[in-house]
Amino acid sequence: MTIGLGHYLFVAAVLFTLGILGIFLNRKNVIVILMCVELMLLAVNINLVAFSVFQGNIVGQIFAMLVLTVAAAEAAIGLAILVVYFRIRGTIEVEDINAMKG
Amino acid sequence: MFETAIFYAFAAVLLAAGLAVITARNPVHGALALVLAFFTAAAIWLLLRAEFLAIALVVVYVGAVMVLFLFVVMMLDINLTELREGFLKYLPVGAMIGIVLLLEILLGLGVIGSNPTTLAGLGKAGPQVLAIDNTRAIGRVLYTQYFYLFQIAGVVLLVAMIGAIVLTLRSRPGVRRQRIGEQLYRPKEDAVTVVKVPTRGGV
Repeated sequence: MTIGLGHYLFVAAVLFTLGILGIFLNRKNVIVILMCVELMLLAVNINLVAFSVFQGNIVGQIFAMLVLTVAAAEAAIGLAILVVYFRIRGTIEVEDINAMKG
Repeated sequence: MFETAIFYAFAAVLLAAGLAVITARNPVHGALALVLAFFTAAAIWLLLRAEFLAIALVVVYVGAVMVLFLFVVMMLDINLTELREGFLKYLPVGAMIGIVLLLEILLGLGVIGSNPTTLAGLGKAGPQVLAIDNTRAIGRVLYTQYFYLFQIAGVVLLVAMIGAIVLTLRSRPGVRRQRIGEQLYRPKEDAVTVVKVPTRGGV
């Protein structure tokens, strides 16, 4: 039995769902939520690369590279905000982040 | 056959690592599990013959982003038991939404079900092997057709870097630090005074 596109899509879908489940379960810890977002972005990238390879079109990998870049930038900014927030408030619990009453 | 076995092994490790990320008691263990997930994802991309992105994933994520995560996790003094509250409370709802979402994605992509017109049916021809190697193919497209995209990615990284520095840089008042320039340019008159001491008189 050979590995088809469906196998890769299945793995990516399960990984994406794990990321969403992680956001639900770790409602209090911003760091774990950020890591779950990274997990979801990884799943999206797996999809992009799998489609790119099975379609014989390299553009999917270019887009995966862009997603990688944006994810790295997002992680850097998110962690910087987290550090500043912790410095000011002394906690990173999500429920305490309500200064803007959003 | 060998490739199939490798795929299943790496896919199992990847999903186990993903599960470890979301259930880890300690965020440090979660971050390390995420490192494992990125490594196995890179291996799966190697299996797809996307070598360039596989190595880029290892370099960018394992080398930079996850180290950043580990630094922040270890730098912040967080109360672990408080942060774990509510894990079991949200488990039923989360699991239900997760299962529904997973089924929706799988049905939408056509991974399960037998409709050949879905997205998963696009890969029936099997993996397409390009005439040139992966890195060369990416370079040919990236530096010509998608050159603006490449530049914008660079600008995004630059903005992120400046933003992170601006956010975390702080000038603390009351910190004594050495000012070498002022030390060096201090005139002789301020530093040294010549005192004429009378003999047997003392200062």
